[in-house]
Amino acid sequence: MNSQAPQFSQQMAPAAGQPYTRNEQACHDLSIRVRDLNLWYGKNQALMDLNIDLFQKNVTALIGPSGCGKSTFLRCLNRMNDLIPSVHTEGLVEMDGRDVNAAKMDEVALRRRVGMVFQKPNPFPKSIYENVAYAPRMHDIVSRKAEQDELVEKALRDAGLWNEVKDKLQEPGTSLSGGQQQRLCIARAIAVQPDVILMDEPTSALDPISTAIIEDLMDKLKEKFTIITVTHNMQQAARVADYTAFFHLGEIIEYNDTKVMFSTPAKKKTEDYISGRYG
Amino acid sequence: MSDSYDQISQQLKGRHRKSTRLKYISMGALALAGAFLLIFFADMLSKGLPAFKQAMINIEINYTEDAARNGREAVDRDFSTIISRSVVRVIPLEMRNDPSLLGTSVQRWVLASADVDQYLKGNPVRLDDDEKARIDRLVEEGKVEMQFNAGFFSRGDSKMPELAGIMSAVIGTVMTMIVTLAIAFPIGVMTAIYLEEFAPDNRLTQLIEININNLAAIPSILFGLLGLAIFINFFGVPRSTPLVGGMTLALMTLPVIIISTRTALRSVPESIRHAAFGVGCSRWQVVKDHVLPLAMPGIMTGSIIGLAQAMGETAPLIIVGMVAFIPDVTASFTEAATVMPAQVFTWSGEPSRAFVEKTAGGIVVLLAVLISLNASAVLLRKKFERRW
Amino acid sequence: MQTNQLFLIFCSVLLLLGLAAFFVGRSKATRVRASGSSMYAQPDQYAWFAVVATAGPAILVSALGAFVMLVMGTEIPTFPLLLASLAVAGVGLGVGMMLIRANFHARQAIERVIVWSLAGAATISILTTLGILISIIGEALNFFQMHSFWEFITGTTWAPGNSFLIAAGRGEGASGGAEFGSVPLFAGTFMITAIALAVAVPVGLLSAIYMAEYAPSRVRSIAKPMLEILAGIPTVVYGFFAAITVAPFIVRVAETVGLDASFNNALAPGIVMGIMIIPFISSLSDDVINAVPDSMRQGSFALGMTKGETIRDVVIPAALPGIISASLLGMSRALGETMIVVMAAGMRPNLTANPLEEMTTVTVRIVAAMTGDLEFDSAETLSAFALGLVLFVVTLSLNLVSVIMIRRFRDKYRVNNL
Repeated sequence: MNSQAPQFSQQMAPAAGQPYTRNEQACHDLSIRVRDLNLWYGKNQALMDLNIDLFQKNVTALIGPSGCGKSTFLRCLNRMNDLIPSVHTEGLVEMDGRDVNAAKMDEVALRRRVGMVFQKPNPFPKSIYENVAYAPRMHDIVSRKAEQDELVEKALRDAGLWNEVKDKLQEPGTSLSGGQQQRLCIARAIAVQPDVILMDEPTSALDPISTAIIEDLMDKLKEKFTIITVTHNMQQAARVADYTAFFHLGEIIEYNDTKVMFSTPAKKKTEDYISGRYG
Repeated sequence: MSDSYDQISQQLKGRHRKSTRLKYISMGALALAGAFLLIFFADMLSKGLPAFKQAMINIEINYTEDAARNGREAVDRDFSTIISRSVVRVIPLEMRNDPSLLGTSVQRWVLASADVDQYLKGNPVRLDDDEKARIDRLVEEGKVEMQFNAGFFSRGDSKMPELAGIMSAVIGTVMTMIVTLAIAFPIGVMTAIYLEEFAPDNRLTQLIEININNLAAIPSILFGLLGLAIFINFFGVPRSTPLVGGMTLALMTLPVIIISTRTALRSVPESIRHAAFGVGCSRWQVVKDHVLPLAMPGIMTGSIIGLAQAMGETAPLIIVGMVAFIPDVTASFTEAATVMPAQVFTWSGEPSRAFVEKTAGGIVVLLAVLISLNASAVLLRKKFERRW
Repeated sequence: MQTNQLFLIFCSVLLLLGLAAFFVGRSKATRVRASGSSMYAQPDQYAWFAVVATAGPAILVSALGAFVMLVMGTEIPTFPLLLASLAVAGVGLGVGMMLIRANFHARQAIERVIVWSLAGAATISILTTLGILISIIGEALNFFQMHSFWEFITGTTWAPGNSFLIAAGRGEGASGGAEFGSVPLFAGTFMITAIALAVAVPVGLLSAIYMAEYAPSRVRSIAKPMLEILAGIPTVVYGFFAAITVAPFIVRVAETVGLDASFNNALAPGIVMGIMIIPFISSLSDDVINAVPDSMRQGSFALGMTKGETIRDVVIPAALPGIISASLLGMSRALGETMIVVMAAGMRPNLTANPLEEMTTVTVRIVAAMTGDLEFDSAETLSAFALGLVLFVVTLSLNLVSVIMIRRFRDKYRVNNL
């Protein structure tokens, strides 16, 4: 087991071979518990014995070279991998004390609790308003029109988009710029009122200014949501994440408080990656 | 705060049900399309296959002097009503060509009349009970039996259903298709090469492209009007001939060949062109020596499909007069001819019940030809399919 | 026969000249090369150039002569024309030979000719459209000189029946006999088209949804060719099926529920035409649905939508321009379909909303007008061209709208294979 003991600030590490567990001294509550998670694409194993605890109302960044499994892992958390027929998963992913992979777990219900924002903005071919209002209406979160209007406005405000679009809510979502589209997708995700928001390289298709806006947004959103983001960009991880996990070849090499990870990495591989020797 | 999983799952039940319903409805739609196809083929086969069997009667033909004047005299009076009129009609001619026949007699299998044929196939006919009883007796004696209807494939059209065959239509189809391919293939391939490899991207090129897409969707009957007004009335091409039919169909097939050739040319990767340019080929040499050979299977596939489409086309041919009654095989491109679908159309207009069977028989033959053509196109595509 | 023989002689002489040009040209080029001067092109290319220089102008001259004869109606005697062409060929041969020099770009010259002939082939398609337009418009104008355009567009009686009597000078009354009001024909056409679309759009679209979203690849690999077979069945066969099997069936069904149906009812050709159009709609819709980016579906799933909701609310709206485009193409196909209605629909123009009654369509009347034993310039024959003109305009606009919609879809999602 390659898991490395967490070194949350000055805390003691658990005994070698023990998974990361919730640290009593930490002020954060557990959101997702992952134990011995393995995943195969056909015969190729993509994730190997992952053990990790993800904490509520924090930003956790998953970093690592491309093909290291960080996106695949992210998609295990809301079972988006189910959409790929050749994928096979084993192990425990636990949210609120329930096994996400259990047979009787409805993945549609799960995804309501775990929202997702994708690499490329993918607004629906509907108006800006409908993009946000659609899912809450389908989920019966709102019933009256007034409630719906209110929810749309709130979600768009939370996503920092309201002022830019409040006069053109009926225009198609695709008419917005890339950065605005991505914020629309974020608004769409938070309108469902999930507990967790997964972000799969949300800024990689955006220009630097839009990236900065989204990073600010993540900082605000963590007051309400648990955010887990995959990023290629180490500076971004350093800027926005509270915790960072470093993936390499399907394993978690190191998982720690971001500041500690970037200042004093415990592993040689992590250090090499952070200092740009590969990746 | 968001709902608990249990609440969510409760609400989801109805939504999942709806989702599953869509799956089964759409599956049902596909099944319905399949059922249409099955019913259609079952119907055509059940109506058409009997046409390949024909009732034959074994009778004695006496070449008497009376028979030389009136063929009816050569056979037993009882039989003369149940054999095909075509049998007795040729007897005087036979005797004139071969005088030594006089006074002899032969036992021979001859065509039964359409009524007998239909009666034996269990269809309603205008025979009275006496005749029916006699036929039943002859069947028991082995003097009437159903045989393979070779004449259906070797004879031309006839007003007598038992004598009608599709040979002249088949020959007409072959000749028409020769004209169609001879015109549409070179022009189509050349157009596609020009548009794909040489044409500058300007207004004119775009106009040609839009125009080709449009031609592919214009109702076929309008091509018939074009053939009539331009080819027949203006250029004076003789009416009802394979030449004018082929030319009309060629214009219809052109867009199909152009579009498929362009797709085939486009699927040849740029890297091959660059490699050829790299060794100093001119643009035409690149096309002729490298792109065209690689695109050839695709071009052939498209042409076969276009040919099959043209082969099944009727409406424009009616307009240019190719629904003529053609009892003999056409020998020249400028003689009146008919084609298989037009023959089917002609027969379908005949009131006699026996012709319904002929029509369906012709359809079975036509479908067999078309399906084998399309299947060969599919095989060709499979065999040469290449992923770059 | 005289002309045929002349033509044969002309062709063989031209062929001989061409062969001569090839070999003489090649040997000259080889000689030049052997003499040590380096040439721009290969000997074979010079040879081909010589052939083109010989045959090209000659064929051009004779074709031009033939065309002038046809268009102007002037008689140019065939023999001198062909002789002149051969003379031109001889001159071409000479010029070609002279041009075979070391500093002449034979390859470029040939390729220029090739590109021009390719471009010439490409204009044939334009000429076809023009031909259709000219032939139809010309004859339609003739028709509108006999009968008013207004009456044609708005009249509700189509009774060309006695127009041939008038043509023969035996019509009772001046022009009271024939009436060409096309409204009942178009009503019948649209009724049958509507029935066809009511069958084809739901079945075709839902089949496409099943194939694109649900079907395992094995089912897909069977279903696609199966639908293609439906598209490959000749329309005359569908017509027979409609007339012999479907129409009597409908009459029987109507009887059992106490309705009176004609054997030439509009329902039978409509349904069968719908079956014929299913593959057009399903195949294009299938392509379009497949072209909807997967990220859209994932976005919807990630919001906790079921598969059905994703398809209904995200995939179909995204694919809508393509689906509409497919339906328009199907509609254009149904409007212009001839054989099914000729064989299964009625001949009698009938303005009614009851699909169980006999109705006739535009294409049926075109065929009827063309197969009668009428003079070409009788009003009834010419009316076919007027009907054809309207049919052309309607289908052309449907096709154009459809092309524009599919192009918009393609640009939106940057798909190239549509």
